[in-house]
Amino acid sequence: MNEGVVWLTIFILSVFVGIEVISKVSSTLHTPLMSGANAIHGVILLGAIIVTGSTDNNVALVVGLIAIVLAAVNMVGGFVVTDRMLQMFTRKKTPKAPSNAGGSA
Amino acid sequence: MSIPTWAQLLYLVGAVAFILALKGLSGPKTARAGNLIGAAAAVLACTIPFFYIDEMKHVPLILVAIAVGSAGGFVGARRVQMTQMPQMVALFNGVGGGAAALVALLELHEITADGGSDVETFVLVATAFTILVGSVSFAGSIITFAKLQELMTSRPVVFPGLPVVFGGSLIAAVALSIVLVRDPSMGVGVVLALVGLAVGILLVLPVGGADVPIVISLLNAFTGLTVAGGGYVLDNTLLLVAGTLVGASGTFLTLLMAGAMGRSVANILFGALKGGSTLGAGEASDRPVKSAGPEDVAIMLNYAERVIIVPGYGLAVAQAQHTLRELVDVLSAKGVEVDYAIHPVAGRMPGHMNVLLAEAQVPYEQLIEMDDINDEFKDADVVLVVGANDVVNPAARNTPSAPIYGMPILNADQAKQCVFLKRSMRPGFAGIENELLFEPNTTLLFGDAKDTLGKVLTATKAL
Repeated sequence: MNEGVVWLTIFILSVFVGIEVISKVSSTLHTPLMSGANAIHGVILLGAIIVTGSTDNNVALVVGLIAIVLAAVNMVGGFVVTDRMLQMFTRKKTPKAPSNAGGSA
Repeated sequence: MSIPTWAQLLYLVGAVAFILALKGLSGPKTARAGNLIGAAAAVLACTIPFFYIDEMKHVPLILVAIAVGSAGGFVGARRVQMTQMPQMVALFNGVGGGAAALVALLELHEITADGGSDVETFVLVATAFTILVGSVSFAGSIITFAKLQELMTSRPVVFPGLPVVFGGSLIAAVALSIVLVRDPSMGVGVVLALVGLAVGILLVLPVGGADVPIVISLLNAFTGLTVAGGGYVLDNTLLLVAGTLVGASGTFLTLLMAGAMGRSVANILFGALKGGSTLGAGEASDRPVKSAGPEDVAIMLNYAERVIIVPGYGLAVAQAQHTLRELVDVLSAKGVEVDYAIHPVAGRMPGHMNVLLAEAQVPYEQLIEMDDINDEFKDADVVLVVGANDVVNPAARNTPSAPIYGMPILNADQAKQCVFLKRSMRPGFAGIENELLFEPNTTLLFGDAKDTLGKVLTATKAL
């Protein structure tokens, strides 16, 4: 089997899976879902590590390290901020929040 | 370098975990678990190459870079105010796209260093695609960040000849990509990246502030596709599947969001270029409006039977959610029926307002979505609009030239009384005048939302 076709098959099937798994999302979850998907593509960090780890060129090394930093920001920041959003939905009623009574006028 | 079978199998496990993560994220009960599954899979996946690449170089430097990026992302994500979360997501998306473009440039460097003769055409196509779209996503996201952070105007930025310049950059991008595929060289790759940055900037500049979330979602899908392209270039199935999943679901999500606003994506991106959305904000601002004091509003609310609250981004900016919840508690105790009407795009993004109110411990049952409450406005005695504007603007129904025309709105204009809490007569995020402010049954209460709500609360308690 032609290797290009294998890759194309994986790609096309992933497109359908990607649409199918989120097709029933309610509008309340649009933002967390976007943010979570955003974090998932931070896995480009994996690619950045592989290319940086195989280079001998100093300029390429610097560029690779920049790519690693950027990808790590995307991945870690993405998952953490998504979790913060979702915490808001699941949190049980904690003891009353400190609401400075009556405004500050 | 070939990838050992065990590592390939682990990549497959990671791909399945990402599918489960997206599946989880689309249901309210499973969302948090889904996100954690995705995070665990991503972290573990990134350790795999360290175990199968024997002569991995620069390991200490790589680990330092990972630590620096992770710390930056973590601190940023923890510190950001919930109101500023949309621009944070835009920023994270942008750096991801930038990283993908850099990875593709490095791979191109490898290819050209090897002479580049025995490389498959498909690989070069994917490399060009990743460099170009990654740059577009990076520059576009930075502009959306600047718009949301109000580092620049949130209104559409259009200059004469923008369509020509934009079209020219697109043609240049395609031409450079073809050159790169036929005769790979670093010079062409770098120029392609620069043109990609220009395309990204020009793509987002003409988009109005209220539509920016849709653009973030679209750029998110773009970044996903670049990661997929990077996966193909690097022979890495996990990157291919993860990127494709995000690209496909992100595109679909963009269409869903645009649908919730009654807009088409093409209209959002290119509407301003056709003119028509450059409505003057100045013309009507000096028309007479009816304003009242906090005590008057307290009386109106106290003697109403049914009150609907329309919360908007201004509420969150003023950090007035807690005061508002207290006011609602007092009113409910006095037998007034109070609900919150949540527009699908209230706040800065779909679902953003739910997050902001949940943060103030407003019970989930009091938050009613637009479609479920829109028929009840005509029975409401008072509608209290706090820091919202565009989502109740009748121009969306009546003025075909308005940029928000066609967006479904809350029927606040059908209520017996409508009270606006506003800082000033400044128009909303979409930058257009709201006719509802000038209606005879509309009352305005000027001031900082937290401040005025506090006064209304005190006055209501005293009644």
